[in-house]
Amino acid sequence: MASVVPVKEKKLMDVKLGELPSWILMRDFTPKGIAGAFQRGYYRYYNKYVNVKRGGVAGISMVLAAYVLFNYCRCYKELKHERLHKYH
Amino acid sequence: MNENLFASFTTPMMMGVPIVVLIIIFPSILFPSPNRLINNRLATVQQWLIQLVSKYMLSIHNYKGQTWALMLMSLILFIGSTNLLGLLPHSFTPTTQLSMNLGMAIPLWAGTVVMGFRHKTKASLAHFLPQGTPLPLIPMLVIIETISLFIQPVALAVRLTANITAGHLLIHLIGGATLVLMNINPVTALITFIILILLTILELAVALIQAYVFTLLVSLYLHDNT
Repeated sequence: MASVVPVKEKKLMDVKLGELPSWILMRDFTPKGIAGAFQRGYYRYYNKYVNVKRGGVAGISMVLAAYVLFNYCRCYKELKHERLHKYH
Repeated sequence: MNENLFASFTTPMMMGVPIVVLIIIFPSILFPSPNRLINNRLATVQQWLIQLVSKYMLSIHNYKGQTWALMLMSLILFIGSTNLLGLLPHSFTPTTQLSMNLGMAIPLWAGTVVMGFRHKTKASLAHFLPQGTPLPLIPMLVIIETISLFIQPVALAVRLTANITAGHLLIHLIGGATLVLMNINPVTALITFIILILLTILELAVALIQAYVFTLLVSLYLHDNT
């Protein structure tokens, strides 16, 4: 279970399953770290799907689909009553 | 159905945490800032749209009024994008809340009035009395003009709120009616569905038009006072 390279510097795919808890605890959970994570995630998506030479509607429509899904999860409690059941 | 109808206009909470701020901030990620000379397609399209709208909207103002360009452009972008995003299913539209629209309308209107009083005091006061009124009518007309001045921000806010809320409510109602009618009488359901499609097209237009009207009126108040 001991590894040659210290756990700290590995990427997620190289971390062995037993080392996963220590790897998660090692992450930076300060506000600056969380903001950095959001910023990295945003730029990863932006540079892959939107900021390309011949982007299409897929870049922005994936964002809108995720937005619709998010709002659906938000209102699920009220929408539960509208299912097609014989007895509610 | 009664409680259900207005449930979509309550403050969005998820597991007890109010996320309304997140929903208000969300449209800003859809507008990436153009940093280069030739940008990606999304940024180019948005840049072109903004230049088109600003050309028409700022052509009536003089130099002093054109300092408000950033304010007016961001206003129309915000209201337009928020209204359009509200047409997606299950989403929450912040512009249906009167509080937010009042928060937008009152400072902007007050800004134009105060600016008018500071720079052209005599002309601003002269707005209260239309030209050529007969002498006995003057006191009453001044009162009426004052009331019509103070009603401007309220009218701005209530107009936006009522239009967007009414549109959303109609879509909910007619959509519910279509669903129920499908089991009873499919032909009527088809007619109702066509009405729903027309209504959605109308709502798309209303979303944009309301943004435009709001901004145009603010710019008119500005034009009066610069």
